[in-house]
Amino acid sequence: MVRKLIIIGSGPAGYTAAVYAARAELKPLVLAGEKSGGQLMNTGAVENWPGTKEGVMGPELMIEMRQQAVKFGAEMVDKQVTKVDLSQRPFKVWAGEEIYEAEAVIVATGAESVMSGVPGEKELLGRGVATCAVCDAPFYRDKVAYVIGGGDAAVEDALALTKHAKEVYLVHRRDELRASKIMVKRVKENEKIKILWNTELKEVLGKDKVEKIKVRDNQSGEEKELVADGVFLAIGHKPATEMFKNQLTLDEKGYIKISMEYPIVTQTNIQGVFAAGDVVDYRYKQAVTAAGMGCQAALDAEKYLEQQ
Amino acid sequence: MTAVIFSDKDFEEKVVKGKGVVMVDFYADWCGPCKLAAPIIDELSEEYKGKVVVGKMDVDANQQTTGKFGIMSIPTVVVFKDGKEVERMSGFAGKEGYVKLIKKVLGEA
Repeated sequence: MVRKLIIIGSGPAGYTAAVYAARAELKPLVLAGEKSGGQLMNTGAVENWPGTKEGVMGPELMIEMRQQAVKFGAEMVDKQVTKVDLSQRPFKVWAGEEIYEAEAVIVATGAESVMSGVPGEKELLGRGVATCAVCDAPFYRDKVAYVIGGGDAAVEDALALTKHAKEVYLVHRRDELRASKIMVKRVKENEKIKILWNTELKEVLGKDKVEKIKVRDNQSGEEKELVADGVFLAIGHKPATEMFKNQLTLDEKGYIKISMEYPIVTQTNIQGVFAAGDVVDYRYKQAVTAAGMGCQAALDAEKYLEQQ
Repeated sequence: MTAVIFSDKDFEEKVVKGKGVVMVDFYADWCGPCKLAAPIIDELSEEYKGKVVVGKMDVDANQQTTGKFGIMSIPTVVVFKDGKEVERMSGFAGKEGYVKLIKKVLGEA
């Protein structure tokens, strides 16, 4: 069976593409992955999603988006795509035991968090090393937590931790935060948060759980060990494009290149293959921009399929 | 069939002093990835009926057990064999990840 459209990914870009494509009666198949819902599944309240004055919980927003797409006829399969062949038509996509075929594909695989790779990090994951502060903050009641990073994710993590932890430190390798102004202001006004500028994580130490971290001041070169109960990693993200290498044109950081030109903005180097969201976007990376691009990709795919 | 719900009151008796293989999903209602794990944990309890007792524990309501086992991240799944911890996995692993863990403990891998 050759489908009209396969959407790979299930963040705001993938689900929005699914809503539009389903409403265009393309009966899209969404290969949502084992961990469906994307990065917003790891967040608390989202305050910048338009139309939600009181904010909306990230996981709830994603579950609603998914149900919205299903309501209009999108098919959801929670399997991880392992391989694609975009060199011949129909395009082939491998997920689980199946091979799916389609005339058009939208890639919306998003981005995944980057681990620091320092010694001790992997060994102590789940035992003081964590990647989801919103999930794990309550375990750090009256404890000392370090957040590594300087973007919105790091700042949100630090703020979430202040509700429980005794002391929260933000460890950032530069001398200013990348996070949005409103978030930076909240951090600076919060007495529980201290920022360690120009500082890099070198090692996580501990036997059965995190006991200390080793950091290095990248100006003076001085290294020191700090007593810690928790280390939250929010260094950044990298586009999930491993399986598209040598098939789609990527930039030097691994983001998929799209035309960016009207009237077919989301077209990749292969006709009939479109890309949207954080897998493309190295600049804005917002839920609402990803959703917007997902919409564009669905409309581009619809137009492409009509012309076939 | 849904997963067994464990509490501080019965954990000792049903898991620590229990026989056979028991898998426990430590979760909370406010955790996004836990919401993804929940239906899978229920499915596994059905699929491994008679072989593995699959259950879950709300970390908010059961801080005693959660603390005793050093759960500091959710979702965390711990697998016990004859009352002893044999496997542990933090973070949502997808169905495949959980099946792998069970198979390893059952010696089917």
